[in-house]
Amino acid sequence: MAEVTTSLGFNREAFDAFLQSRGEPSWLRDQRCEAWAKFEELPLPSQKDEEWSRTDIRLFRLDRFGFPADRPAGARLADGLLTHRVELGGQVTAWDSHPHSARLNEKWARRGVLFGSLDELAAEHGDLVRSHLFRAVDAHYDKFAALHAAAWSGGTLLYVPRGVVIDEPLHMLSVISPGAADLGHALVILEDGAEATLLAETASLSEQSPGLHCGAVELLLGPGARMRYVNLQNWATGVWHFAHQKALVDRGAALQWTIAALGSRLAKVNQHVALVGRGAGAQVNGVMFTEGKQHLSYHTLQHHEAPSCKSDLLYKSALQDVSRTVWRGMIKVDPAAQKTDGYQRNDNLMLSDHARSDSIPGLEILADDVRCTHGSTTGRVDDEQIFYARCRGLTRKEAVRMVVAGFFQQVFDRITIDSVREALGEAIGRRIREYD
Amino acid sequence: MVETLKITDLHVATEGKPILRGVNLEIKRGEVHALMGPNGSGKSTLGYAIMGHPSYEVTHGSITLDGADVLSMEPNERARAGIFLAFQRPMSIPGVKMADFLRHAATNVRRPNRKEGEELIPMREFRKELNAKMDQLRMDKEFTRRYVNDGFSGGEMKRAEILQLAMLRPKFAILDETDSGLDVDAVRLASQSIADIGGKAMGILIITHHEHLLEHNRPDFTHVMLGGRIVETGGPELAIELHKQGYDRIRAAYPGAAADEAAMKDQAETVASH
Ligand SMILES: Nc1ncnc2c1ncn2[C@@H]1O[C@H](COP(=O)(O)OP(=O)(O)O)[C@@H](O)[C@H]1O
Ligand SMILES: [Mg+2]
Repeated sequence: MAEVTTSLGFNREAFDAFLQSRGEPSWLRDQRCEAWAKFEELPLPSQKDEEWSRTDIRLFRLDRFGFPADRPAGARLADGLLTHRVELGGQVTAWDSHPHSARLNEKWARRGVLFGSLDELAAEHGDLVRSHLFRAVDAHYDKFAALHAAAWSGGTLLYVPRGVVIDEPLHMLSVISPGAADLGHALVILEDGAEATLLAETASLSEQSPGLHCGAVELLLGPGARMRYVNLQNWATGVWHFAHQKALVDRGAALQWTIAALGSRLAKVNQHVALVGRGAGAQVNGVMFTEGKQHLSYHTLQHHEAPSCKSDLLYKSALQDVSRTVWRGMIKVDPAAQKTDGYQRNDNLMLSDHARSDSIPGLEILADDVRCTHGSTTGRVDDEQIFYARCRGLTRKEAVRMVVAGFFQQVFDRITIDSVREALGEAIGRRIREYD
Repeated sequence: MVETLKITDLHVATEGKPILRGVNLEIKRGEVHALMGPNGSGKSTLGYAIMGHPSYEVTHGSITLDGADVLSMEPNERARAGIFLAFQRPMSIPGVKMADFLRHAATNVRRPNRKEGEELIPMREFRKELNAKMDQLRMDKEFTRRYVNDGFSGGEMKRAEILQLAMLRPKFAILDETDSGLDVDAVRLASQSIADIGGKAMGILIITHHEHLLEHNRPDFTHVMLGGRIVETGGPELAIELHKQGYDRIRAAYPGAAADEAAMKDQAETVASH
């Protein structure tokens, strides 16, 4: 496959050319320029930074990547894993941070739903996008956040007006070519009482190829809104994945957010849920399967800013070969957030003696009438279990697969979308190797 | 000729220490054998060695099934060849439903050449059979929706083992204390069930301390294990005698095996106290 022609390096000259090519309104230009200044000013994170102490990016070379060049010409993208036997209400695809295709069932479009490329919709619906873009994610948080805010392109916008209930899942697929960068931004706006399910997938065009993802997700749920958001990253094992993802959940709204991670060489993801209105709720599910030399690092924050909110996080990872996962979770309860019900749990299953997982739960509680609990476990596949299953005619591999499937069952039970459960189960099953 | 599971001069060690010291046993399909012996004499070890547990090393001797070398088979191949072990302490597999587990197991055992990923027994057919078996064993249907042995009581685990036996219909079954943890009525039911399943189709080795399980499965032979050897073989009356009178006569009659038993016990206690 031909490499995409990209002028390498995120430098001033390239940024100016990028700005020039886009012809965006001044508010957006200004937002980008401010972020660019921050990007130039900030150093790349290093292991001296507390947040990066377990995640080594010394081999990462930002100058190997650059602004997306020409729109890649070519064929249809693959279908993705999550859409089998699903009647979709719409689909948006992007390729190397360029809009590729967008469709939305007419019946939703008629009711005012917007679903398409953020690039294109930002031009047509400037006021809407302006009032929400970077409302949740801090564009100046670190060098990657700043780069993203300065250079994002493509991306997805989902806007569901007040009271509109979309009962068909929407699908978003973002793909990168070897060596390319994805700086897509997902902006999801659900007004009061709106409901939607969005299945977001990211993937590479070829296995093992290098790539960069420097992205952001913003989920903005108005009062009483309900959203199921699934994010499956299935990149090639050469992809560097840096992301800031944050949800704001308002009064009485409910978010089910599932992150599934199978791919990438190294991932550093900040996933924040802020419960900002009374009685908001969030269920956060994580499913990770790592192999080879993969390193996946997730920092989660359940931030209770308002009273009587509930958050429930369950992350499960299975690790093969010499791979490594880091989970650092925090439940933060503001003084105003009385009657908080917070839970976080992380379970790890080691399939190899050389894999490693770090699990660091944390609580920071400034209100007195709360219930917050956390737990974490790390175990390995038990030889006695495997022997037992083999005595029932299962091969070793089949037995290991079954034990791993059982390990994930608890989190699968929480994911209420059949196609997602099935796709994840199959994808994980395929990755399990023969062991002695 | 009747199919035969034949164990010849079997020596087994675990963690380098000898446990079985020359076991000879021949089970023909259709026969019931009872295996008795004090705790720690090596009964479970024999079951594990027959199934190929990786922690139990066969240092000498042979096991054959109709002349085929069992020792060169993987545990799953042994299961598919028709050998079944009901575990004294079954393992739990959280998150895996009993029904899914059993469907995989039954498919593999019935289609010994099945490759992984190939089709399973059709769901409806399997369900029907499973429900019938559960009715027969007077088991609650809810049972198969639970995770394999996860949070089961001792008695539930043993009944689950019997259900697996019923579904897998092996040629040879080793039942390792399948009666422990069950109350008297449950043991009677288990005993009856095993007879129903087995009939003349199975060769059974029943490891037990009690006589109830033997009620409907009158042993053709009773073997006594002591210090890793089968020291005496008799008929059903021997099971009754041992059950009533214990092993003092056996220890007195076989001082060599009794000495080995004592040595094994000391060793086990030393290991435990460390
Ligand atoms: N995995 C093991 N590791 C160490 N010692 C073992 C192991 N399994 C069995 N043994 C020892 O072998 C002996 C026989 O055990 P076992 O076969 O369980 O006896 P039984 O079933 O007759 O009670 C005992 O001394 C026991 O401590
Ligand atoms: Mg035993």
